[in-house]
Amino acid sequence: MVVGAVPRLLPGVVGFAEEICITLQAWSFGAATRLRFQTLTGNDPGMEFGPHLLLAVLEGAVGAAVLALTALGLSLVFGVMRVVNVAHGEFYMLGAVVAWFVASVIAGHPALGFVAALVIAPLAAAVVAMVADRLVLKPVAYDPEATIVGTIGILYILQQAALMWFGPEARPVEPPFNHRIALPWYDWAAGEWFYPWGLSTTSYKLFVIAAAVVILLAFWAVLTRSRIGLIMRATQLDRETALAFGIPVGRVYSLVFGLGAGLAALAAVLIVPIQQAHYLMGGDPLLLSFIVVIIGGLGSVRGTVVAALLIGMSDGIISVFLSPTLSKILATLLVALVLVFRPQGLFGTRAA
Amino acid sequence: MLQVDGIEAGYGPVKVLYGVGFDVREGEVLCLLGRNGAGKTTTLKTIMGLVPPEAGTVTLAGEVISALPAHEVPGRGIGYVPQGRRLFSDLTVAENLEVGLMTRGKGKSTREHVLEMFPRLRERLTQRAGTLSGGEQQMLATARALCLEPRVLLLDEPTEGLQPSMIQLIRETVETMRAEGVAVILVEQRIEAVLSLADRVAFIENGRSREIVTATELRADDTLLRKYVGV
Ligand SMILES: Nc1ncnc2c1ncn2[C@@H]1O[C@H](COP(=O)(O)OP(=O)(O)OP(=O)(O)O)[C@@H](O)[C@H]1O
Ligand SMILES: [Mg+2]
Repeated sequence: MVVGAVPRLLPGVVGFAEEICITLQAWSFGAATRLRFQTLTGNDPGMEFGPHLLLAVLEGAVGAAVLALTALGLSLVFGVMRVVNVAHGEFYMLGAVVAWFVASVIAGHPALGFVAALVIAPLAAAVVAMVADRLVLKPVAYDPEATIVGTIGILYILQQAALMWFGPEARPVEPPFNHRIALPWYDWAAGEWFYPWGLSTTSYKLFVIAAAVVILLAFWAVLTRSRIGLIMRATQLDRETALAFGIPVGRVYSLVFGLGAGLAALAAVLIVPIQQAHYLMGGDPLLLSFIVVIIGGLGSVRGTVVAALLIGMSDGIISVFLSPTLSKILATLLVALVLVFRPQGLFGTRAA
Repeated sequence: MLQVDGIEAGYGPVKVLYGVGFDVREGEVLCLLGRNGAGKTTTLKTIMGLVPPEAGTVTLAGEVISALPAHEVPGRGIGYVPQGRRLFSDLTVAENLEVGLMTRGKGKSTREHVLEMFPRLRERLTQRAGTLSGGEQQMLATARALCLEPRVLLLDEPTEGLQPSMIQLIRETVETMRAEGVAVILVEQRIEAVLSLADRVAFIENGRSREIVTATELRADDTLLRKYVGV
């Protein structure tokens, strides 16, 4: 794990100047926080619990937000198409890589490149996914086992294509804005508002959380209120009857596969200013998405979002206070428990 | 209106239909009769394009529809009430009807008309279809198909497991459709319902079409019934 300019912690410093803080870290929520915490405990073992919880929750929320979007894409594809998309993480990677290309091509303020990437990267991933659907999944008639093998193939093709054209380096994308925001914490001893340990987050991280919430609400609205949402839900519930009522199931599948990939790519565009684009970055989001989707119940939107919050937040918090390894162990244990006691997931309905 | 000629079809390597043919005219009720597993449901699915025919054609008002992709078949005006109802169980009553309306781009007036035929559904528009009673589910499955304003209506055992008053409602609906000039294909197991409702009866045995007779002939002579359905 490479960590660049980690914010230094200056006890008692009030009001940080605006500072670009690029934390280079691999996909592992709360890595920056962890480091900060270790530094802190080194300096001051009698650290108060409250401020750290706040920080851990914030870091966890960033991870949870991005994970919710990624896992939703996986869940949607499985729910509607009954396809386990092993290549899902590669569409995430594709989103990050395209975001880097777009941002490096567009000159001017970093926000311009970022906004362009926010539109172009998900569209690009969606188009690639729809082509893959036509070329790989449709010819095997969406057979559950054949599509697993097929998507493994897509995984390697995308990964190697990225290696060829993008290269093995990790490349950063500049955030559109990145103000340092010190976390206010009331210090009881002093009796007035100030920032006792220089705990801080960045405006960009808050933006990621807010953006994910907006995207999730928009997705929910489309799914439950719009005609295309109704078509997707009907297809999910009964493919054959959907056909018997004129729903072009083949086109719906293409669209859903594209939408799933687009969601993953969107999540990646949001995280890439914090994390960097790399051709191997798809593995962890795939694994975490699977964990989330199993716990939440495959195909259940509500379950996916709740499980992403649960996994993302607890990963952030446990990683900060105990250890990142323990957090992964607990998540895996939870998956095992869910599979044993509630195989349909917390919010899923039993397969008919 | 709808003509089925020598269709052969099956599921993957399993062949089920070895030559089924009949026709149904506007304002006519044609009943398909045959033992369990004879291929009645498969015949209806082949008409809908859900099972691709290996041979034979389905023609609707002069247009060969068996070559169309499945999702384009209902748009030509065929409403389908599947065996076992096959509602979109997690969708509400209103959403199930909406799917039916979308098929041929029908709007409010169609919806009103259908809800007048099944007032019980109007009281339950926001209820999940899966939580309806069996009778209400059958009403909804029928209403959903009527939302197409179909030229041809396919009903697959619509009275399975229903009480007499509900059977009566389905029966009246079929009679209304016939009076409106819809061509109705009805798969029905209860002989007395077939005899009183059908205009003609087509027998199917082991995936093959047998005699096609008028209900009047069948009422007079029950040897065919004995032969093909064993009653
Ligand atoms: N999806 C399927 N895959 C394989 N075989 C099938 C499938 N559906 C039906 N069959 C077989 O096709 C044959 C005809 O079935 P079909 O459902 O058309 O009969 P049916 O006349 O409607 O019977 P019932 O009166 O019991 O509804 C049966 O032998 C059945 O086992
Ligand atoms: Mg049947």
